[in-house]
Amino acid sequence: MKSKEMNTQNREKLTLLGRFLHGSKRFFLAAVLAACVTALADMLQPQIIRVAVDCVMGGGEEDFPAWVLGAVEKLGGFGWLAEHLYVLALGVMAVAGVQVASQYAFRVFNTRASETLVKTMRDSLFSRLTRLNYDWHMKNKTGDIIQRCTSDIETMKNFLSEQLTGIFRVVILLVLSVGFMVSMHPVLTLIALIPIPAVIGYSFYFHQKVHDGIEECDENEGKLSAMAQENLTGVRVVRAFGLERSEVRRFNAQNDHYTRLWENMGRELSVFWSVSDLLSGVQIMLVVVFGALFCIRGTMTPGTYLAFITYNAQMSWPIRTLGRMISELSKASVSIDRVFYIMNSPVEQDDPEAEDAPMDGDICFDHVSFGYDNSPEILHDVSFTVKAGTTLGILGGTGSGKSTLMLLLDKLYPLSPEGGSITIGGRDIRRIRTAHLRRNIGMVLQEPYLFSGTIAENIGIAANDGDMELVRDAARTACLEETIQAFASGYETMVGERGVTLSGGQKQRTAIARMLAVPAPIMIFDDSLSAVDTQTDAKVRRALKERFGRSTVILISHRITTLAAADKIIVLDRGRIVEEGTHETLKTAGGIYQKIYQTQNGSEEVAE
Amino acid sequence: MSQKKRTKHLQFFGIGLILPYLKNVSRLILIMLFFGLLGTVGDIVLPLFQRYALDHFVAEGTMEGVGLFIGAYLLTLVFAAGSNFTSGYVATVVEMRVNRDLRQIGFRHLQTLSFSYFNQNSVGYIHSRLISDTSRIGVLLSWIMVDFIWRGAYLVGAVVMMLVLNWRLAVLVLMVMPVFVLLFSLFQNRLESVNRDIREINAQITSDFNEGIMGAKTIKSLSIEEKMESRFLSHTAKMRKTTVRAARLRGLFSGTMSMATGVTLAILLWKGGYIAATEIGTFSVFMSYAQGMMEPLRGLVDLVSELITTQVNIERFTNLLAVQSDVVDTPEVVERYGDTFEPKQENWEELSGDIEFRDVTFRYPDGEETVLEHFSLKIPFGTHLAIVGETGAGKSTLVNLVCRFYEPTRGQILIDGRDVRERSQLWLHSAIGYVLQTPHLFSGTVRENLLMGNPNASDEQLMEAIRMVSAEDVIAHLEKGLDTDVGEGGDLLSTGEKQLISFARAILADPRILILDEATASIDTMTEARIQSAMERMISGRTCLMIAHRLSTVRNADLILAVRDGKIVEQGTHAQLLERRGYYYELYTRQNEEETTARILG
Repeated sequence: MKSKEMNTQNREKLTLLGRFLHGSKRFFLAAVLAACVTALADMLQPQIIRVAVDCVMGGGEEDFPAWVLGAVEKLGGFGWLAEHLYVLALGVMAVAGVQVASQYAFRVFNTRASETLVKTMRDSLFSRLTRLNYDWHMKNKTGDIIQRCTSDIETMKNFLSEQLTGIFRVVILLVLSVGFMVSMHPVLTLIALIPIPAVIGYSFYFHQKVHDGIEECDENEGKLSAMAQENLTGVRVVRAFGLERSEVRRFNAQNDHYTRLWENMGRELSVFWSVSDLLSGVQIMLVVVFGALFCIRGTMTPGTYLAFITYNAQMSWPIRTLGRMISELSKASVSIDRVFYIMNSPVEQDDPEAEDAPMDGDICFDHVSFGYDNSPEILHDVSFTVKAGTTLGILGGTGSGKSTLMLLLDKLYPLSPEGGSITIGGRDIRRIRTAHLRRNIGMVLQEPYLFSGTIAENIGIAANDGDMELVRDAARTACLEETIQAFASGYETMVGERGVTLSGGQKQRTAIARMLAVPAPIMIFDDSLSAVDTQTDAKVRRALKERFGRSTVILISHRITTLAAADKIIVLDRGRIVEEGTHETLKTAGGIYQKIYQTQNGSEEVAE
Repeated sequence: MSQKKRTKHLQFFGIGLILPYLKNVSRLILIMLFFGLLGTVGDIVLPLFQRYALDHFVAEGTMEGVGLFIGAYLLTLVFAAGSNFTSGYVATVVEMRVNRDLRQIGFRHLQTLSFSYFNQNSVGYIHSRLISDTSRIGVLLSWIMVDFIWRGAYLVGAVVMMLVLNWRLAVLVLMVMPVFVLLFSLFQNRLESVNRDIREINAQITSDFNEGIMGAKTIKSLSIEEKMESRFLSHTAKMRKTTVRAARLRGLFSGTMSMATGVTLAILLWKGGYIAATEIGTFSVFMSYAQGMMEPLRGLVDLVSELITTQVNIERFTNLLAVQSDVVDTPEVVERYGDTFEPKQENWEELSGDIEFRDVTFRYPDGEETVLEHFSLKIPFGTHLAIVGETGAGKSTLVNLVCRFYEPTRGQILIDGRDVRERSQLWLHSAIGYVLQTPHLFSGTVRENLLMGNPNASDEQLMEAIRMVSAEDVIAHLEKGLDTDVGEGGDLLSTGEKQLISFARAILADPRILILDEATASIDTMTEARIQSAMERMISGRTCLMIAHRLSTVRNADLILAVRDGKIVEQGTHAQLLERRGYYYELYTRQNEEETTARILG
């Protein structure tokens, strides 16, 4: 059962990889091809030198493969070549030229391939991210997701651009070297190959072994860095408690610990490199000694001997790296899993019958009950109607469910089939296309998120690009224009992560302007003027009324002055509607609304 | 820009600037360099064995002396491996110790800097000087140096060997070199600028992901998925284009390398091929030197550019050490009371807790406006002073002065009737408690955090402090009690729990003067009530300066200062200020409205 699951999972992974590979496959093939050409050229060079040596030393002609002999004959024989060494020199140059060209091609194709692949991955990841269910975002930690999108992708990229084609190259080089060596002297080749498994095995074993150690080092470096960070952010506490000494002690202890860990790691790494050096040194010695022996016995010419030594030297580096590459594989596969987690998470999907229904009708909540999964119900049997073109005010405390109502209306959370229904113009929102619905509902949140960019870009982000008139107009309606003009760069002021810090009220008004730039038949203000003072609040609402009098508006607020103008007000308490009416009827109804009305209207009495 | 210009004046790439900090490792550096040199000798000698094998065994057709040959070869091998091991290992040690020492010095120095430094420089800015710059310097003094020796010595060795073996041929080969050095350095510059571009685009992509995740709700509700996507697509396209361009450059760069090797080989064959007839060994060894030279040559060019980058790191780090605190104890004070790291506690007077501002005028070192002018105020021991005002109005100024995080521009702050400058900063800070209501805990256990208040407190004292803030059940619920890890910044605990623990920490310190900085954000009502009563117990019997937001805190204060746009606009008791119907009245009513509404809505 379990293995079957694994199989389907692996198959899914492969399909996904196949999709990612689309568009980069041919570049990968070209890169491998170029690597083959380079390896071949690498092989040719020693052959030319071999010819040269045997030419000038004389003899040994019977050793060469037929094609070499044929080529030499055409040029005028060994004797002629010995007189005209520049021909061979030109040959060396030509081969070097091929090497340069093929190396260049390899690099460019390889980068093209891996970059295209990484781009495909990043693009589909980003696209996936924006389309994932909203509650997925709530359930997963931001830092972890970002890590998957950045450093895991980076690991995969390194693996693809360096290891994957690298393994190809190493294997090609090895096969060719061994091939040439066998063709020259099979027995000596056998001797040369004896220590190889030990070298690869040792390298693989070592890299597996140090993997955990390196991780521990990284972790401890993270700790040290976090400690410095904490000290700097907590500088007030440190100073006020006179903690400087103990902080220095703590930091030094971690600093020492980390240093010691790396020193140990450094020793192991140095041992590894020295032992590898020794092993390949011994391997080279075997070839040198036995080669000399074979030369004396006459089974090998000096030129062949020299070429053999060169091939052997060409092998030694790739063999050492092979072990590392194999062990890197495991790291990359972990990253692949982590990225696939995102790619396999559920995305928002529309009902197949969903349509772009008209959005200017009445909004109707009909026996709506809802709870986030595994949590107790938040809304219990809520029903109300907002007539088209009217304003609904909602009053409710933290946890009363008022924001949840709006999330449901905007389909950020799906309403379960048994949880009642929400209709707009009589049509169930489950059967309205999500993008269409959201485009027609303008929603402003209490703590709005601004994107990094200029203020103008932020306001115009959902509208057509570059229409400054539209942006200005929206800013004016949101009473933001004066604030913007006070900035030195005006509308071009950078905001968001890397820009100026806006106050809560400025952010809220920017978000309102952003919504207004795309006029929508339904507008929701979820406590979105809470950080704005009362006068500005009133001014914004007046401007809204003038400009967008025909829209349906839902206002969530704690301010009676804000709610008073609504055509209808509901009061929510612990997921139920407890009062319903207009300002005039509610202010004397003896409920929560009246109490709050008195508090806010008569704060003078309370203040005494 | 200006930094670039200054950098050029540094001699020897700025290494001289950090020499004073290298006393602990100077011997190790010498050992590292010595063995590095030995290892290179091994690398240079090894090809000679090949020559011997060719010229002796092959040419003379005898295997006589092969035992000795193998012995000598193995010996050289072990010798080289041993030297390389030692220099490699010691290089790691040097790297890590330089890191460690510089970080230690830097961290310690940071503990003495004044607040104006921390206000003017972001945490990230300081952090990168302390952590990343030091690590670059560590690499410079270990690996870059060893590399320099390895490569330089190999190059010199190979050149000398070639000259000895056949000087005519050697000169021919050497004539090719300058051309390639020139080509390498040409590519180097352009590569660096492309790499910088790549880093920038990479940062952009990371920030895109950030926005896609943090702004998920907004993106969905604005229905701008496609727009964000196309923006992202343009960034990844730019990334691909730039990376491929970098690959082209790198390809050309290593292409030049291969070509250089090819050209040398060709020259050797053309002009030196005849040697093989008589001295095949010499020919072969010549070849391996000529080919082996290219890599170190390129490496040396790399090194120069690395030195230039590291010079910026050195400058940034030494500049950090050069910053001096605005608030410094006079030599006489240090003489009597000790400094931050070696306090003379035996000379410390008890602090009783009277504070006085005497004709204080103050302007922040980086500010333009004078925020206090001829301000005088007496705060006798036991007074509870509340400072109210909107966020960002400058409520912390008085606190900063009392804590001597800043010193007055004119006038005096007196503690127990004596100017604060007459006693050491540590003396003052040891007697002041500071509680932020966005509490700051340090990673470590609950116990470690509590002990910061009083390092000598016994377990009973710890528990008593915990009881005083009614946090017994918090501790009881923790898996390992006092020994529970609180996580980075205390993040494994809830805000309320962190708050109670930071109160207990302040109580353990048992300060005569307590500074309380209330948070604006409200927490759930249950915790709120507990925190309120814990706070009342904590502040009684101390002089307390409160940056206050809660009405109850404010109402019960002995004196209230209302701050607006950095200046104190009103001052008096709650009743007096309400009567005045001024700014405080306005603030208070608004706050009252909000609190009552929240309470009614439950």
